Amino acid sequence: MEDLLWLIPALPFLGATLLILFGSRFSRGAVALIGAGSVGVSALITLLLGIGFLADRPAFYHQEVWQWFNVAGFNPSVAFHLDALSVVFLFVITFVGFLIHLYSTAYMAADEDFSRFFACMNLFVGSMLVLVMADNLLLLYLGWEGVGLCSYLLIGFWYNEPANGYAARKAFIITRVGDTAMAIGLFMLFQSFGTLNIQSILAEAPQAWPIGSEMALLVALLLLGGAVGKSGQLPLQTWLPDAMAGPTPVSALIHAATMVTAGVYLITRMYVLFELAPAAQLTVATIGAVTLLIAGFSALTQYDLKRVLAYSTISQIGYMFLALGVGAWSAGIFHFMIHAFFKALLFLCAGAIILALHHEQDMRRMGGLRQRMPVVFWTFLIGAASLAALPIITAGFYSKDQILWYALAGENGNIWLYMAGLAGAFITSVYTFRMVFITFYGESKTHVSHPPGRLITVPLIMLAVLSLVGGFIELPHNFGHITLFSDLLAPVLPGIRASEALAENEWMFQLLAAVVSLGGVYIAYLFYLKSPSLLPSLKRSNTAMALHRFWHAGWGFDALYDTLFVRPYVYLANLNKRDIIDSFYTGLARTAEGFHVMFSDTQNGVLRNYVMGMVVGAIMILTISLLL
Amino acid sequence: MSTVSMEAALLLAGILFMLGLISVLIRRNIIFMLVSVEIMLNAAGLAFIVAGTRWVQPDGQIMFIFILTMAAAEVSVGLALILQIYHQLKTLDSDAANIMKG
Amino acid sequence: MELTFYIAATVAILSTVMVITRYNMIHVLLYLVVSFLAVAVVFFSLGAPFMAALEIIIYAGAIVVLIIFVIMMINLSQEDVQREKEWLQPAVWVGPALLSAVLLAELAYIITAANPTQTEALVAVDAKVVGLALFGPYILGVQLSGILLMAGIVGAYHLGRQKKKVIHRFLQERSAAA
Repeated sequence: MEDLLWLIPALPFLGATLLILFGSRFSRGAVALIGAGSVGVSALITLLLGIGFLADRPAFYHQEVWQWFNVAGFNPSVAFHLDALSVVFLFVITFVGFLIHLYSTAYMAADEDFSRFFACMNLFVGSMLVLVMADNLLLLYLGWEGVGLCSYLLIGFWYNEPANGYAARKAFIITRVGDTAMAIGLFMLFQSFGTLNIQSILAEAPQAWPIGSEMALLVALLLLGGAVGKSGQLPLQTWLPDAMAGPTPVSALIHAATMVTAGVYLITRMYVLFELAPAAQLTVATIGAVTLLIAGFSALTQYDLKRVLAYSTISQIGYMFLALGVGAWSAGIFHFMIHAFFKALLFLCAGAIILALHHEQDMRRMGGLRQRMPVVFWTFLIGAASLAALPIITAGFYSKDQILWYALAGENGNIWLYMAGLAGAFITSVYTFRMVFITFYGESKTHVSHPPGRLITVPLIMLAVLSLVGGFIELPHNFGHITLFSDLLAPVLPGIRASEALAENEWMFQLLAAVVSLGGVYIAYLFYLKSPSLLPSLKRSNTAMALHRFWHAGWGFDALYDTLFVRPYVYLANLNKRDIIDSFYTGLARTAEGFHVMFSDTQNGVLRNYVMGMVVGAIMILTISLLL
Repeated sequence: MSTVSMEAALLLAGILFMLGLISVLIRRNIIFMLVSVEIMLNAAGLAFIVAGTRWVQPDGQIMFIFILTMAAAEVSVGLALILQIYHQLKTLDSDAANIMKG
Repeated sequence: MELTFYIAATVAILSTVMVITRYNMIHVLLYLVVSFLAVAVVFFSLGAPFMAALEIIIYAGAIVVLIIFVIMMINLSQEDVQREKEWLQPAVWVGPALLSAVLLAELAYIITAANPTQTEALVAVDAKVVGLALFGPYILGVQLSGILLMAGIVGAYHLGRQKKKVIHRFLQERSAAA
């Protein structure tokens, strides 16, 4: 069973290689088969391994494929380590990835770069699988960089449009900042422990560093820097909304379900370091709380359907960071899994809508799609309900409620985090159903050309089902107390205890969360369906307009970074326009040229000058021989 | 026969050589340059004779014979070339033959 | 003997100075002959009578005559003399004269700085000794000189030929029209 581990990332890599080398020669059907099939077979193998894992419940599966290198005692190997945490991620990546690949065969059917798309997507899936299965941090970093590269390739997929290239570069550079912080963290870890093997570090760290030590804090903060970049949290969140320039399946796979959760995976995997540095954990929680509020307010004002979903992703990952920050590790992973389902669903539905409306992405030009595209409507509604955490029936309710509960009642929780989370839930509900009402209700402003085919609707339906029933594997204590998920993760991640005093009144807070989410739906209904004239009258005041613009621009972070970093750098680069650094070499060349000109002037064909040269030479030689 | 000091003779040779050198450097007419080179060759031959006298051996004189032979051959070929230059460039200015410059 | 040597040396130097400062080519060559004759006397005073004779025969008698013939062929006129005068401005000869003076000073230093030789009685090395040496150890050099002279003859003949310019008949109209 363990010997099959290497196949899981190898198959997508093989698919990517085949498509890179021969993609242009294959037919569309062959490309689709290779592209989606490789991920599909990986999903099957994951299923096999998962069933075996759930049956036997070993601590982990381990397979060493080969030793990467051996230099001065540092010998990382390409080895895969599968424990409960990796199983969850593996399941999400391969399964959701396979559904998205199926969807893409129909979505990208009209595109001429069909094989390039699937090559990049397969490369991405392979890298992400390496990331979550790596048994040492160097291999993890390899996967980390690989997904960053594929993100760049896929965001800028339609490269003929310069704005797409700009968005891709922005994403890459901003995540680079995070990657550098993470690399420095890896260097420090290696210096302290002499190895980058994850399990070794997790075992040795508590003995080497006491709780609250500065080294642990520094390393944890550096790793957090890397996670923040990849997951689009404060302060490196500006790239995600612009990354929507890529095709919609890319947004679904990379920027909703998998790559942006790599940060969550990293923090969870290195949880020991964060537990040794409580200040770092508090930072994680604070970043999560602030980000979810900021992104929520921004999502409220966006008109582009995909941008709303992008800000929503940033916000929901903020929830995951919040959970990790207060020590509710399995709650954060649970929310990751559920979020992957409904966010991928929402993005895929958005893609279906955009495709049917001839690449129209502005919500204000949609409307009335409820009758025209019923399947999409119902699946989108289910996804939105899960996102808004409508009580009891949706999976989102259970995952988000768990986070809110532990934010309040956990050992590291406090009231401020809880209030932020609750406010965020309200705003989430408002903007989600704003999206639903504007897009699907009202009069239709753009005509639907043709309804989506089966390759598009089947993945949507499957994801919708998962968004509904996925939550039932983890029910709260007073509501059925099913702990299948946290039991699965218990050998890997530490549990969390809620405070006894509040535990009796857990039902109160659940009710509060339910009311908040339903209240948000009602507000959205009020402003967008019942009395649409309310909103323009509100917007007439100057402060409201200013707020609206501020939130629409993502709280001004783009402008801030532009002034702080981009302008000075461009100014410095302009100063160096003549390339002062290179002037050493060009100066050498020019000096040689100058000598050449000088010496070629001495060859003027005048005989007397040549004789003069000989005489001068003779004098010099005689002088030197006399002197010496 | 009373003696002639070698240094004086060598000095004479040196002075004659210098005069020939100056003439080569300052003259622009090709024929004058050739004549100056002859002066220099003559002076060098004088130095050889002096050396032969000092060591009482015929080798210096033999060297002078060879120099003489070579000067004769050189003058004949050189004058032929000068005639060619004169017919091509219509002038005896050595600065006019500067196509090999640069 | 010494007196002969010094007088001949002075004549040689003076006539050489005249050689390098005259504008008229024939004047230059005449002074050159005088210089060679003076040097021949110097050879004689140094105990090399054969060389003195050779100097006069070959240098003054053959080489200078050759140069005079070529000058005749070139047809110099008064304007050439004038041009020579223009070319020999002070600005031209001051620099080279200085440089050569420096060289001469160095040479003089080298010559006089050496240990002064014992002034022995001069022994003349006459033609017989030279001839024996020529056909003895230096026979190869003699042969090479012969080859050199032959090369000189052939080269001078070939290089001195003036080829008449033959224009192709197609171009003759163009050259006639031009």
